[in-house]
Amino acid sequence: MAALHRPKGNGTGYRSLVGPLLIPTWAVIGIFLVLPVLLMGVYSFLTKEFRGGVVWDFTLAAYDQFFLNRGLFGDEAPSVEWTYIAIFWRSAWQAGLATVICLIVGFPTAWFIATRPPKTRAIWLFLVTIPYWVNLLIRTVSLKFLIRDNGPLNEGLMSLGLITDPLPLVNTNFAVQLGLFYSYLPFMVLPIYAAVERYNFALSEAAADLYASRWTTLREIVLPVVKPGIVAGCILVFVPSLGAFLAPDLLGGGKTYMIGSLIDEQFRGSQGNWPFGAAAAMILMTLVLIVLLVYARSQAKDDQR
Amino acid sequence: MSTAIDIRSAVKRYGQTTALHSVSLSIADNEFFTLLGPSGCGKTTLLRCIAGFEDLSEGEIRLFGQDIARLDPNHRPVNTVFQQYALFPHMTVLENVAFGLKMKGMDLPDRTERAGKMLEMVHLSAYADRMPAHLSGGQQQRVALARALAPEPKVLLLDEPLSALDLKLRKAMRVELKTLQQETGITFIFVTHDQEEALTMSDRIAVMSQGRVQQIGSARDIYEAPVNRFVADFIGETNLLEVNVDRIEGETARVTLPGGHVIIVPSAGTGPGRHHLYIRPERLSLTAKGDLTATVERVVYLGTDLQLFTRLTTGEEFHIRLQNSARTEVPAAGTTVALHLEEGAARLLAD
Repeated sequence: MAALHRPKGNGTGYRSLVGPLLIPTWAVIGIFLVLPVLLMGVYSFLTKEFRGGVVWDFTLAAYDQFFLNRGLFGDEAPSVEWTYIAIFWRSAWQAGLATVICLIVGFPTAWFIATRPPKTRAIWLFLVTIPYWVNLLIRTVSLKFLIRDNGPLNEGLMSLGLITDPLPLVNTNFAVQLGLFYSYLPFMVLPIYAAVERYNFALSEAAADLYASRWTTLREIVLPVVKPGIVAGCILVFVPSLGAFLAPDLLGGGKTYMIGSLIDEQFRGSQGNWPFGAAAAMILMTLVLIVLLVYARSQAKDDQR
Repeated sequence: MSTAIDIRSAVKRYGQTTALHSVSLSIADNEFFTLLGPSGCGKTTLLRCIAGFEDLSEGEIRLFGQDIARLDPNHRPVNTVFQQYALFPHMTVLENVAFGLKMKGMDLPDRTERAGKMLEMVHLSAYADRMPAHLSGGQQQRVALARALAPEPKVLLLDEPLSALDLKLRKAMRVELKTLQQETGITFIFVTHDQEEALTMSDRIAVMSQGRVQQIGSARDIYEAPVNRFVADFIGETNLLEVNVDRIEGETARVTLPGGHVIIVPSAGTGPGRHHLYIRPERLSLTAKGDLTATVERVVYLGTDLQLFTRLTTGEEFHIRLQNSARTEVPAAGTTVALHLEEGAARLLAD
C-alpha cells in the first residue's frame, strides 16, 4: 500500500524539491549533532591550557593520560592506567544495575497502564510524566532532602519507632541507584508501554490454548514480541545513566565516582583539563556506539529470516 | 455416537448484561457443528467459554463426560483457530505449528516431524521457514489451522476463521475445511455469521440470537422448517406475511392469504388468530391464476436466477426468485402477475 503513495521520482516533480526540503533537517543534525561531536573530537587531540581551555597543538596526551600510567612525574616506563578504566567499569556497572532495576519496576508498570481501559490509560501516563515538569537538578536535590539523616523519611520512621537512629542513606550507592532509578524510570516505562499497547492479546490466548502456562506465555510469546520496546527502554535508561553526574555527585557525595562526574570536572573552573574531558567523552561515546551497533547487527540478522 | 461436548444451562453475565441465557446443547463426536447468528448473539462468547478464555457464570461444559468449565485454557484438550489467526510473529511457520507440541513436552525431532506433516496437509511445506508476516492471508489461515490441529485436540474451535479472506478464497477454504474435518475425524465447532458458510459445511447448525439458541438442526431442517420468525428471517431470503388463521383442524390450519385466497398449511403449534406465514421466494411460480396477486416493481438479472421485487395488491413487499431457463418468461416491470405457491412452500410460525 505504502508504495502506491510514494512519489515515483522521475516525472512527478517531487525529486527536485527533496534537496531544499531537507535543508532544515541537515542544519539541525549538523549544528546540534555533527558539529559538537567534531569539536569534541578535535579538542581531545589538543594540548591543555592551565586555566582551562586549549592550546592548538596536536597531541595524544589526553588519550595517553587515560590509558597509560607513566608515574607521578611522567618519567617511568608506561603501564596500563587502571584508574579511569575502573571508573568506566564502575559507571557501566552502576548504569547496568539501574537499567535492571528500572526494567523490573518499569515492565509491570507499563503492562499495568497498557492494560487499563483507554480512558484511564491517559491519566496513568500523565501521572508518570508529571515529575518531568520539574528540572532534574531540583528533583535530585529534593530527593537528597527527603532521604537525608534528618529528612522526612528518617524522621518519620523514627517517630513511628521503627528505627532509633537515622538510616545512613545519603552518600551511599543505594542513594545513587535511587537517584538514577527515579530520574530515568519513565524512559523505561514509555517505550515498553508503547510496545505492550500494540501487543495483540489474542497471541496470549493462542499460547494458553496451545497448553502454555502463564509464565511460559510471558517468556515465549510476550517478551519476544514486545522486545523492541524493552530494548529501547534499556538503551534510553542505560545511556544517560552511564553519563549521569547529578545523581552520583549529589546523592552519592562523590563516593561513587562515575564517568559523568569525571568529565564534568574536567570542564570546571581552572582545575579542568579540556582535552582530557573531551577524550573521556569520545571514549564513552565510542563504547556506547559499539554496544548499539552490535545490537543493531543482531536485530538485522533476526529480521532477515 | 458418543457426545463430544455437552453444554448444560450455560449462563454468561458481564455485569448487568447477560451474554448467554441458559444455553444447553450437545455436540456429537466427529460432528461439524456450527454456531450461527448475527454479531452480538453470543456465539463467540459461547466458543470462548468452551476454549476457556471466558468463565461461565453458571452451568457446565462437559468434554467427553468431564466437566471442564472451571479449567484454565491450557488444561483443556481443545484448540482454537482465531479470527485474526493470532500467529506468533517472532516464530517461523514451522515453529508456530510445533508450539503446541513443544508445550505438551514432545521433543524437537518428533515435533518437527509432526509439524512438517501438518504443513504438508495444508499444502504449505514450502513455507516452513518463512515468518508469518511474509505469508498471504489465506496461507496464514492454513498455518493457524495446522497449528491448532497439530496437538490432535479432541475438539477444534473455529472463530469466524474465514471472515478475513476474500470471497473466492473463502469458498475454496470451505471445501478444504470440510475435507480436513472428515479426514481427521475431529469434532469441529465453527462460529460464523455467514449463513451460506453454515449451510454448506455443517452437519448441524445452532442458530443463536440474543444469547439464546433459537433452533438446532441440519441445514435442511433450519431452512425448511424454521421454528420462529428470527430463524426464518435470518436464514435465506424470506417473505413474511401477516395472515389470519381461521381454523385449526388437527395438524393443519386454514389460512386466509392477503387478497382473500384460502390455503391449508401445517398448523405448527399455532392457534386461531393473527400469525406470520413465511414463504421462500424460490418456492413460487408465475401462473395464470394463483394464490396471490402482485405487481412487478423491478426485475434483477442474476445470471442463474431472476429476482423479482413485487408488491402484493394488499401492499406488502414480496420477493420472488425464478430460475433462469430458456422457458422463463420475464414479466416486465409494471405488469400484474399471479403467484402460485408450491406444495409446502408456505409455513406458519408460532411467533
